[in-house]
Amino acid sequence: MMKRYWMAIAVLIIFSPLGLLAEGTAWGEWGSDDLAETLGYIPQGMQNVQDVWAGIFPDYSVSFLGESSLGQSIGYVIAAIIGSALVYGVSLWLTKMIASKKDATLSCSNK
Amino acid sequence: MHIPDGYLSPSTCLTLGVVMLPIWYKASAKLKKDLAVKQVPLLSMGAVFCFLIMMFNVPIPNGTTAHAIGATLVAIIFGPWAAVIAMSVALAIQAVVFADGGILAFGANTFNMAFVAPFVGFYVYQFISKNAKQGSNRQLAAGAIASYVGINCAAFVASIEFGLQPLLFTAIDGTSLYCPYGLDVAIPAMMVAHLTVAGFIEGIVTTAALKFMAVQPAIMLPSQTNKNREAI
Repeated sequence: MMKRYWMAIAVLIIFSPLGLLAEGTAWGEWGSDDLAETLGYIPQGMQNVQDVWAGIFPDYSVSFLGESSLGQSIGYVIAAIIGSALVYGVSLWLTKMIASKKDATLSCSNK
Repeated sequence: MHIPDGYLSPSTCLTLGVVMLPIWYKASAKLKKDLAVKQVPLLSMGAVFCFLIMMFNVPIPNGTTAHAIGATLVAIIFGPWAAVIAMSVALAIQAVVFADGGILAFGANTFNMAFVAPFVGFYVYQFISKNAKQGSNRQLAAGAIASYVGINCAAFVASIEFGLQPLLFTAIDGTSLYCPYGLDVAIPAMMVAHLTVAGFIEGIVTTAALKFMAVQPAIMLPSQTNKNREAI
């Protein structure tokens, strides 16, 4: 049963570069340079925090693979794999920790 | 819908972060009580599904993009409190590793996508699918409608957060300090994207996944296994 779900996850990873086809940025998610182009200025408060955190693979791209569409697609798939592994690992660790903290007598009475 | 850093004032970020604290606390208390250890891998897979589905950007007629989030689907399968945790984990990895959504705006983004979306979606689903058989047309339609409503409510809340910034925070010279677009721009922009495209994608994703799961007899949705059981 789990195997089928894993296969569905694998299919999503393989086809993830389809998400690159859409041109443009989501509303309100422009970088400060893009915003400066439309507004003519970078809002002051935004300027103060723009260096807070740049991420490790910003925009799901792996920089050494280059800007070609093949490089971007491969980078996107790699980002999908890394991200999936991290989300799975963190979620597993967190929810296991939460779920296993149950009172021992309670889990016995459920049997 | 992933609000980057700089678009919301620190006070907005702090407020929504503080609002999330009791929600996360309650969610972990609920999971501690109700989540079976054997459900843990499946719930984690749900988080992975949400992470991946958010990578599928779709074009919006006004030149921007949007994507499904998967929040209602996870809420339907595991309950809304479990969805809070799953979505929060996915959003945390997106913010930290991929700079998708700000670190300071994490409270706002989780409020919109890990709280508003799954809760609205879950209760709309419950309301429409009452006593429907798993895999029935009514159950699938309930999933589609609930997902559409859930993601649009989240987008609406996000647009309010954006749109309030220029009303509340401007520099002495009159320029905006944070998001420069008011409610009159933010609400239509966010709602057009989600009412016309992303909402339908979210509905299709949920329906397809529910259909996929309906042919897997081992999975029983919480709403089917015990009508009176309180949702996780």
